[in-house]
Amino acid sequence: MAPSDDPDRRDFIQGVTAGGLALGLGAATSADPPADVGQPIPMKLTINGQDRELQIEPRVTLLDALREVLHLTGSKKGCDHGQCGACTVLIDGRRVNSCLTLAVAAAGGQVTTIEGLAKGEELHPLQAAFIKHDAFQCGYCTPGQICSAVGLMAEGHAKSDADVRELMSGNICRCGAYPNIVAAVQEVQQLAAKENP
Amino acid sequence: MSTTAVGKPMDRVDGRLKVTGAARYAAEHDYPNLAHAVLVTSTISKGTIAEVVTAAAVKARGVAAVVTHKNAPKMKVPEPFGGEKPSAGSTTAPVLNTDQVFWFGQPVAIVIAETLEQARHAAQLVRVTYQEQPANLTLDSAGKVTTPKKIMTEATTVEIGHAERALKAATLKVDAVYETPQFNHNAIELHATVAAWDGGKLTVHDTAQFVFGVQADLATRFGLKPADVRALAPLVGGGFGGKGVAWPSTYLAPLAAKVVGRPVKLVLARDQIYGCVGGRPPIRQRVAVAADKDGKLTALIQAGRSATGTTNQFVEQFTFPARHLYACPNIYLTQETIALDTCPPTFMRAPGECPGTFALESALDELSYQLKIDPVRLRQINEPDKDPTTGAPFSNRKYQEALALGAEKFGWNRRTPEPRSMADGRMLVGLGMATATYPVYRMPGSARVAVSADGTAVVQSGCHEMGMGTATAQTQIAADLLGLPVEKVRFELGDTNLPFAMVAGGSSQTISVAAAVSAAVAELKGVVLKLATAGPLEGLKPAAVAVRDGGLYRTDDPASGESFASILQRAGRKSAEAKAEVMPGAEMQKWSMHSYGAQFCEVRVDPDFGTVRVVRFVGAFDVGRVMNAKTARSQFLGGITMGLGMALLEETHRDGRTGRIVNADLAEYMVPVHADVPAIEAYWVGDPDPHTPMGAHGIGEIGITGVAAAVANAVYHATGRRVRRVPITPERLLAAPRDG
Ligand code: FES
Ligand code: FES
Repeated sequence: MAPSDDPDRRDFIQGVTAGGLALGLGAATSADPPADVGQPIPMKLTINGQDRELQIEPRVTLLDALREVLHLTGSKKGCDHGQCGACTVLIDGRRVNSCLTLAVAAAGGQVTTIEGLAKGEELHPLQAAFIKHDAFQCGYCTPGQICSAVGLMAEGHAKSDADVRELMSGNICRCGAYPNIVAAVQEVQQLAAKENP
Repeated sequence: MSTTAVGKPMDRVDGRLKVTGAARYAAEHDYPNLAHAVLVTSTISKGTIAEVVTAAAVKARGVAAVVTHKNAPKMKVPEPFGGEKPSAGSTTAPVLNTDQVFWFGQPVAIVIAETLEQARHAAQLVRVTYQEQPANLTLDSAGKVTTPKKIMTEATTVEIGHAERALKAATLKVDAVYETPQFNHNAIELHATVAAWDGGKLTVHDTAQFVFGVQADLATRFGLKPADVRALAPLVGGGFGGKGVAWPSTYLAPLAAKVVGRPVKLVLARDQIYGCVGGRPPIRQRVAVAADKDGKLTALIQAGRSATGTTNQFVEQFTFPARHLYACPNIYLTQETIALDTCPPTFMRAPGECPGTFALESALDELSYQLKIDPVRLRQINEPDKDPTTGAPFSNRKYQEALALGAEKFGWNRRTPEPRSMADGRMLVGLGMATATYPVYRMPGSARVAVSADGTAVVQSGCHEMGMGTATAQTQIAADLLGLPVEKVRFELGDTNLPFAMVAGGSSQTISVAAAVSAAVAELKGVVLKLATAGPLEGLKPAAVAVRDGGLYRTDDPASGESFASILQRAGRKSAEAKAEVMPGAEMQKWSMHSYGAQFCEVRVDPDFGTVRVVRFVGAFDVGRVMNAKTARSQFLGGITMGLGMALLEETHRDGRTGRIVNADLAEYMVPVHADVPAIEAYWVGDPDPHTPMGAHGIGEIGITGVAAAVANAVYHATGRRVRRVPITPERLLAAPRDG
């Protein structure tokens, strides 16, 4: 079906246009958004090295696309507002809150989630260090903490324990595993520094 | 039993699942044709719903149904939690079957749609209007004040001697009022329920600390037999009490699924949790303490008011710690509740002991300055030789050992006694301490143990893992009881298809389940022995045989026996199993059973800005035998961290006009983040309690007790300013009068 034949899509475009015009004229009541919004569009994401084709609404966040559409539930939702860090993933190696990123905005980038860190059975050094140092309790913030720590190491700014604490402060752990998380991150960082001075 | 595994710092059995993202929590269960539900919640605190306009929402793309009190199927309201039968009833409000609004944030409609985005959008199209009535929102409002008949099983008022008279006669005394605000649990996992009906049978994946309570609750609401409801929660992303009873979302998901005839997922948004799940109630307490010049207490009074709901009767037992901690001839303790039109309050980590120790331990610190007696010394002077209010002997009180251990590890002796006497550059330095305590609770428990011909064992109990390390500790316990290596034992939990377990609360789970596992292993001995029809065990009675090294061995000839695997193989059996159900004994009546600890805190305070940084924290605990040194330490760290939040950051702010919580998110309800938390050290005495299963005590809650007082006491030591209301914000600190 050609796009112009799709009544929903046409309605959507018209709705957007009308809404935009109405806004300009100050005539819209903000309480009444167009009832018929949310036309799915095709998009292609690269997640953990795999290309995934999706047909989802443009308003779907990367987090909801991962969890609800692709069933990659390792990335967690703790606030949906960029306040807890549980949804942290890596896009092109940089840590981002996937709840604040529209899925469509991640198209063209390399998305890495917690499911993509281990090499088969072999855990990523941070994953192994988290187990060794008991750097989690309930485990719900853990994927975000680990992805954030991968990003932190790549940034290369965190040297002292205090640096790690400051630069990991976007990742809340209500269970209070912080001292153990710092220990785990520092052990892996220092080992990496020794191996690649 | 040999303790090969118990006590070891073993890595978590579910660690790999949790670090790889493979661990699945409630909201992560999928069903074919699953629909998404989003709640609409009330925007007034008290009144009636005048009108709900759903036309636009019903017409919106993807919407399957909009459920309101006008069209919701009727549900029966179960007993509230705490009655005779296992129940997880959170509130008696018939949510969605009434036009009454009992609190701000109460669910008033459910929108169900194909996708989450569609449901969320349509929920915004629902218009609700109200007839509003004045609401009672604070401790000083016109809400109904009640002196509860009992608090749990204990008398509400305890009176020994003549406390007021003794206080009046004393010259060295403190008589002050302490306040704690509402706190919210804020587990990082959002409350969620996935519900699926199969004819008359219901399955729910719920964020629950009590699957059997959820089962009972849903069975009553929907008129089902409990056996037709299966509740699962093998992994919970933090609970802290907030998932201990069935809050409305737990039954609204199955309700929605019933209406649309397909499985439904309902995940609360973070701000909705503040309105759909109770928090710790606000409390105001008076504490008065007096002592003679040698520091011996002559009067101890603790009395106050905590909030409860209009649709539950939650009583936060903040006078409990004072019942058991210090020797004093004149004690008066009592408390009352005031019913508020707020989301009904509930248990939050160490209900009672947490706010109770803040007030009591702050007051003792104030007294120590009057007496010019070191705060640690004051607590040594007042060590009781039996329980000060019940008169019962202590089961195994090692408080003084914990106090000494903590003081030594912390380096308490470097503290100079005067307030404002220590500094680091322009920063004021303060050292403070407080006592921690939590009771030993044990509940009914049951477990099944199965051994297989391949040499492995499976142990099951419908208990819960929300971060405590339940499966790990129980694997260690079962491995030692069976004499098997831990790798050969698997522990399964969090499912009503498994043997019954109580709520994961009251720090009771480890010993309650351990007792059941131990009894099941004893049963299993008889079962397997019957299969040993040849060989060295033939014809023996269970009493003549011990379970050891993964098999049965003669007590009269320990070298002689046979492994479970070999007995089963010879008998041509794949496996053998036994189940046991154990009730707690009379030990709690006979002994005064508690855990103790001493919390030590060092702060740096900016004298101009009033900002407080905790730079070091040491907790030393007497908690019986520790089951796993690694996960136990994490529990202490976690409790202390939440206590630091209570002391310096956390408070649920309510708009006094509407009852709306104005900081219902994780940016404005400030929980500790990495940068707030210093190096924390946790130590324990480790002396097994002879009157508990495994010699253990629960440890999930004691860590938070005493922390806020230790911080407040350190802040006073640094600044000479006493803050009796947490959190100790810069403005509260700078507003407090200064001594010294
Ligand atoms: S879910 Fe994205 S930051 Fe909390
Ligand atoms: S491990 Fe539970 S929130 Fe971090």
